Amino acid sequence: MTTALLQTEDITKVYQVSAGVFKGKRSLAAVNGVSIDINRGEVVGLVGESGCGKSTIAKIILSLEEATSGQVYFDGEPMATIDRKERARRIQPIFQDPYSSLNPRKSIGSIISLPYRVHQIGNKAEMEARVTEIMDTVGLPPRFRSSYPNQLSGGQRQRVAIARALMMKPELVICDEPTSALDVSVQSQILNLLLDLRENRGLTYLIITHDLSVVEHIASRVAVMYLGRIVEEAATDKLFQNPRHPYTQALLTSVLTPEPRLGLPETHLGIAYPNPIDPPPGCTFHPRCPKATDRCQKDSPQPVSEKDHMVACYFAEPPQ
Amino acid sequence: MNALLEVKDLYVDIPLAAGVLHAVRGVDFSVDRGQTLSLVGESGCGKSLSVLAVMNLLPKKAKWYADTITFDGQEMDKVRERQMANIRGSKMAMIFQEPMTALNPCYTIGNQLEEALLRHKPVSRNEARDRAVFLLEKVGITAAGSRLKQYPHQLSGGLRQRVMIAMGLMCDPPLIIADEPTTALDVTIQAQILALLASLQKEFDMGMILITHDLGVVARMADYVAVMYCGQVVETGRATELFENPLHPYTQGLLRCIPVPGKTKPGEHLGSIPGIVPTPIGKQKGCVFQNRCTYVFNDCTSAKVGLTRISAGREYRCLLSPEVCRQNMNESQST
Repeated sequence: MTTALLQTEDITKVYQVSAGVFKGKRSLAAVNGVSIDINRGEVVGLVGESGCGKSTIAKIILSLEEATSGQVYFDGEPMATIDRKERARRIQPIFQDPYSSLNPRKSIGSIISLPYRVHQIGNKAEMEARVTEIMDTVGLPPRFRSSYPNQLSGGQRQRVAIARALMMKPELVICDEPTSALDVSVQSQILNLLLDLRENRGLTYLIITHDLSVVEHIASRVAVMYLGRIVEEAATDKLFQNPRHPYTQALLTSVLTPEPRLGLPETHLGIAYPNPIDPPPGCTFHPRCPKATDRCQKDSPQPVSEKDHMVACYFAEPPQ
Repeated sequence: MNALLEVKDLYVDIPLAAGVLHAVRGVDFSVDRGQTLSLVGESGCGKSLSVLAVMNLLPKKAKWYADTITFDGQEMDKVRERQMANIRGSKMAMIFQEPMTALNPCYTIGNQLEEALLRHKPVSRNEARDRAVFLLEKVGITAAGSRLKQYPHQLSGGLRQRVMIAMGLMCDPPLIIADEPTTALDVTIQAQILALLASLQKEFDMGMILITHDLGVVARMADYVAVMYCGQVVETGRATELFENPLHPYTQGLLRCIPVPGKTKPGEHLGSIPGIVPTPIGKQKGCVFQNRCTYVFNDCTSAKVGLTRISAGREYRCLLSPEVCRQNMNESQST
């Protein structure tokens, strides 16, 4: 068995949050036992609604946050034993909002070349050559080199963020909502770019998003999260053709495609989104689930994998 | 019989240091009771400003002028701000994108709901409270009576948006304007809120203007669609016709950009619109879409490009004939 490029083993992250001015701190489990493997060359999509912990996982993988428990392995080695700079060289992020992820006081050339300066690689000429090359790769005209972020459009800024991430030839790129802040016509340009880069450079992506159409288009495997847990995971085509978990089913029916004759979908979900500080007992999805029974209120279903299609639900559809 | 709201030739100019920003340049639209009109376009296309102009809620330095705006039989350009304040909220209500910023965090839900009615109608506080409870139940909030005492921060995003909708309906307005009502919400909740809006609109026979950038939402909600680009309406028509038979190169491009599960092939290139939106500062000659259009030819840069009418309510702003436009779409789909 080959080792996965990235492996998280039962990671949890508990934040201490204030529950009110005169009340003590309470714990909020943002991530609750997530194990996920990302193999080399794969594009793994992590989908879920806001507050389900998907961005926290990105932060833990990037070592911006420390997991409360559990282990992260990169290329077979525990993440903690890898040098900080080496980690930064091999794993790079692309964030959602290109308006806040770029320093407004630095020129585009300086933003993109920063990784070279931090890692003290090559001389000035090599660095300049690399910046020119990478700007060309992501489709930024050379004249932008001395521009500042506020002179660029959202899509161009996101290209700068991608260029900066690719400077060090990373092995794993973590994209946290890479297109959510962009207009549709620009979103498709960025998705096309990400697809090209993957093909030409053999990149491995973890794409974190709430947009299922994007995931279906770009990911080879999908994990669906709900309140800190992965509730279903499978190859993209399997998951879209045969969603087994009621939550995944509701997510898929909620995707609004531009087909006017289909009308509005009926999700059969309850309206009360649970408070993550006070998660419901048993299966955390039961208050909204159309299939929930007494058992779901007491016991928490464990993830079971059948035919490479993992699901955590007592009433899951059979695998195909 | 005139439409509930009819806007003709609306312009919005915003003076900036760099010149005058022509945010809206000659927009027409109309909506009737029981109908949903969707204004769709990318950020900065003028869709929100058009509606804010109608409600006279534009920022002070922005100037707007129109040929005519009639609402409920009244000429709006003759209405003074004081009268306008009576119309807003009672006859046209607005639902904003971000319920947390639109609701006042210092007042209870009940207080804010009741205020909407007390401001406009001669009713007692008890009557207002009854109406609030009735509407909260209508928007699917259980235990409505006890919710009235809660503050906005105690509710989830989906519930807050439901409260916003209830607030909009307090005075039973003939027109409701929803500006990106579900953009800040999660997908499953978006579907629920949209279904709720659609059913309430039917029940109370309201006209609705839905402003959004999401073509999926438009397709599922709207009766009529106006696609906006750079301050102009570039194509308009019934939703079914416009989505099944888009004519303007911009509309066609937008539809090709969207990945549709089961239709677009995973991993393959999506269509895209090259280039970026031009800055709407100063006058522009010719077609607004010329610098991004695949089918651009000489006349596009010089001629005045007006709306061409194909049938009642179906118009597009392009110099190419409908047949050529259709052919372009078919060719781009087969490649």
